[in-house]
Amino acid sequence: MSNKEPLFSAKNRKLITNPLSVQNPITIQVLGICSALAVTAKLEPAIVMSISVIFVLVFANVIISLMRNTIPARIRIIVQLVIVAALVILVDQILKAFAYEVSKQLSVFVGLIITNCIIMGRLEAFALGNKPWQSALDGVGNGAGYGIILVIVAFFRELFGSGTLTLPGLGTLHVIPQIFYDWGYANNGFMILPPMALITVGIIIWVQRSRNKDLVES
Amino acid sequence: MDKQGNLYTFLYASVMVIVVAAILAFVSVSLDDVQKKNVEVAKKIDLLKSVGINSDAKTAEKLYDERIGNNTKVINMNGEEVEGEAFKIDLTKENRKPAEDRKYPLYICTLDNGDEKLIIPLRGVGLWGPIWGYISLNEDKETIFGATFDHKGETPGLGAEISQDFFEEEFKGKTIFDESGSFTSIKVVKGGLAAGNDHAVDAVTGGTITSNGVQDMLWNGLSGYKEYLKN
Repeated sequence: MSNKEPLFSAKNRKLITNPLSVQNPITIQVLGICSALAVTAKLEPAIVMSISVIFVLVFANVIISLMRNTIPARIRIIVQLVIVAALVILVDQILKAFAYEVSKQLSVFVGLIITNCIIMGRLEAFALGNKPWQSALDGVGNGAGYGIILVIVAFFRELFGSGTLTLPGLGTLHVIPQIFYDWGYANNGFMILPPMALITVGIIIWVQRSRNKDLVES
Repeated sequence: MDKQGNLYTFLYASVMVIVVAAILAFVSVSLDDVQKKNVEVAKKIDLLKSVGINSDAKTAEKLYDERIGNNTKVINMNGEEVEGEAFKIDLTKENRKPAEDRKYPLYICTLDNGDEKLIIPLRGVGLWGPIWGYISLNEDKETIFGATFDHKGETPGLGAEISQDFFEEEFKGKTIFDESGSFTSIKVVKGGLAAGNDHAVDAVTGGTITSNGVQDMLWNGLSGYKEYLKN
């Protein structure tokens, strides 16, 4: 029986580790691209966005998993949508009350978590058919898999686009020394624009697939 | 009960919606005060920043009471004082009214050395959404002492740069009336034309529409105070 299965059995650990690499929602399943473009011009919003998505995904997964045997099949998408929307509004309200600065920066993107394909995708593909604990792990894994890519993309975009790195609590760090600019180095303004997020994601996908040939579609 | 039947489906949906609505309504109502407070504090931080006083969420209230407090005015476009509480005026709503019906809030801030600076709030539109700012003037009522701008969601690295220090610094010492005393506002111009011009600042690279938004906001916002400032 799965009741006697240890909480972090090999199978359960895979639920967390797979989405970070071979089942990554962004680079392998190509979900959640829209927000990966929108919030990655600076590092801080990308980090906060990742945390918010992990929060919403874990709770949505657990709630849907708890309700999975009661949900009528014909309205299951609507039920999922209501749960996700309610959680997103909660996150937004809590940020506005207790992290006002961050909520100003994320502005509309918090609301757009609702439209993040990863969340509906995991609810439909995993939470509807699995137990709450496994669903929570799946939520952490997929949220983190999404977050890692977001942070990598934001790191390169901010570094080359603005010459800075903005970390929560630390403010904006000017990592490119002034002397580089004196020698003629210039920030690449193109990195700030959405197309470069797509190209950066493309490069990550390329690097990942060239290192792991199993991922290459025939 | 049949879990795929119509009755069950209807009941399920209804109960779920009511429960969710109740939870959200409860959260919204219970956090409302904290959120309103945050917005007020953010406004006070901006007001103080326009006269060069740096504050954060913890110190803003106290500093605001010390420096500005009740030293505010509401005027109309003829420069006459009218009834009203400056801090509570919603500029977005005022901007929709015809200019002669608008109320113009004005804050007077006392600095350490006893100088009194006038602070004028501004609100306009950028590329993606609202932009706003505060301009403080010296006692001569025409020279800019400081300025601060912010925005809802301008492009990071481009239009969003209007909230950076380098842009705000440019405004210091500029004047909004020319030698003959007519209102010029501050132009936001491209290509280094601002150098040596007392009524213009350099625009943000790659943020043309946001820069134009700042220029329009300054013109529209400040022109309501023309009469008051001339006296």
